Amino acid sequence: MQKTWWKILGAILVIYSSIAGLLLGVPHLDILNETIRNLYFHVPMWFAMVVLFTISVVYSIASLSSKNEMYDKRAVESANVGIIFGILGLITGAFWAKYTWGSFWSFDPKQNFAAIAILLYFAYLVLRNAIDEEQKRAKISAIYNIFAFPMMVVLLFVLPRLEASLHPGNGGNPGFNSYDLDSRMRMVFYPACLGWIIIGFWIYTIRFRIRTLEDKQL
Amino acid sequence: MQIANQVIQLVKKEMLLEWRSKYALNGVLLYVVSTVFVCYLSFISMPNPLTWNALFWIIMLFASINAVAKSFLQESKGRHLYMYTLVNPISLIIAKTIYNSLLMIVLTVIALLFYAMVFPFQPQTDILMYLVATVLGSLSFSTIFTMVSAIASKAGNGSMLMAILSFPVIIPVLIVLIKLAKNAIDGLDRSVSLDDIGLLLLINALVMGVSVILFPYLWRD
Repeated sequence: MQKTWWKILGAILVIYSSIAGLLLGVPHLDILNETIRNLYFHVPMWFAMVVLFTISVVYSIASLSSKNEMYDKRAVESANVGIIFGILGLITGAFWAKYTWGSFWSFDPKQNFAAIAILLYFAYLVLRNAIDEEQKRAKISAIYNIFAFPMMVVLLFVLPRLEASLHPGNGGNPGFNSYDLDSRMRMVFYPACLGWIIIGFWIYTIRFRIRTLEDKQL
Repeated sequence: MQIANQVIQLVKKEMLLEWRSKYALNGVLLYVVSTVFVCYLSFISMPNPLTWNALFWIIMLFASINAVAKSFLQESKGRHLYMYTLVNPISLIIAKTIYNSLLMIVLTVIALLFYAMVFPFQPQTDILMYLVATVLGSLSFSTIFTMVSAIASKAGNGSMLMAILSFPVIIPVLIVLIKLAKNAIDGLDRSVSLDDIGLLLLINALVMGVSVILFPYLWRD
């Protein structure tokens, strides 16, 4: 129980937020109407991705300073799960865009930049595939990861604010907090964020353990 | 200052090597001239400023990838090892970046002159501002591509990997750059573009800082 309490917590939070998110009342806004419920899924995906990529870059830095191969495994597995959450974030965003902006891919700057940020990490995986020797691979991919992380932060949080974007919080639009995230939504939103981050972390630990076992058998 | 001395020596060495063979210069110039010529044959004239701008940056992007990729990818193993024993890695990366920036600026100005000859500048273009935009652009391309080519040279098939790695990283720079260039073409007041220039310089500084910190780790092989 000592080791698994947080997993149970994560599961409960995600189940709660999904059910409550779809059933509890939400403020009614123009254009958004009921789609505002997507907030409970779309935003936590991105938060989980950022947390996982931060874990990845921290382990990349650790892998550069020491020669421990475990750090490299942790870095790559957290990047893997982070990419999945990023893709889920893009998909949930695209569905939301279909109903509010008109089409799945509206070529909105935020959408474009988010896709490029995911491409950045795909390039990380391609780089890893191109190098055969383990230690060299660990070192070079760690360097690319450290190079890519600030780029990702700039792409997702800095650049959209400068462009004319429809996305809340960018291009001169107010973020969700200021005018319409009332307390009913906060009650579901914060647990959702925490829950999805925990689930993302859980998936990463499982993948890391699988990877370690696979490598041991080789 | 040992590093400053080493940097100057290395830049001189690169320039001398290049001047003897003129390999990168001629290669990239030929690429630019043939691309512009093909475009001339297809477009004949280009009254649309958007197309004009876009085409120029597409040509410059691929010319930069070609020019800067050569800097690390054509170093033989033996020469690499020799350098390792001689110089501080920080001097090497700074020297390569400075040399690539100079090369790119020269190539960009020549390319712009040729491009402007074939497809004349739009009437209300702020030419000086456009020149500033192209110089900043070539600087940004060279800093980013130098680091990426250093990473790609360590892996197996260098040139393909160079393209894959550099593409996502160069997109934010390209977007800001095209916006800046478009402002210049429209003949907007210069103060409008100050933010974009600041952002480009900031991205350059960030990439340069990260490269200088990371290159020594890449170096020890």
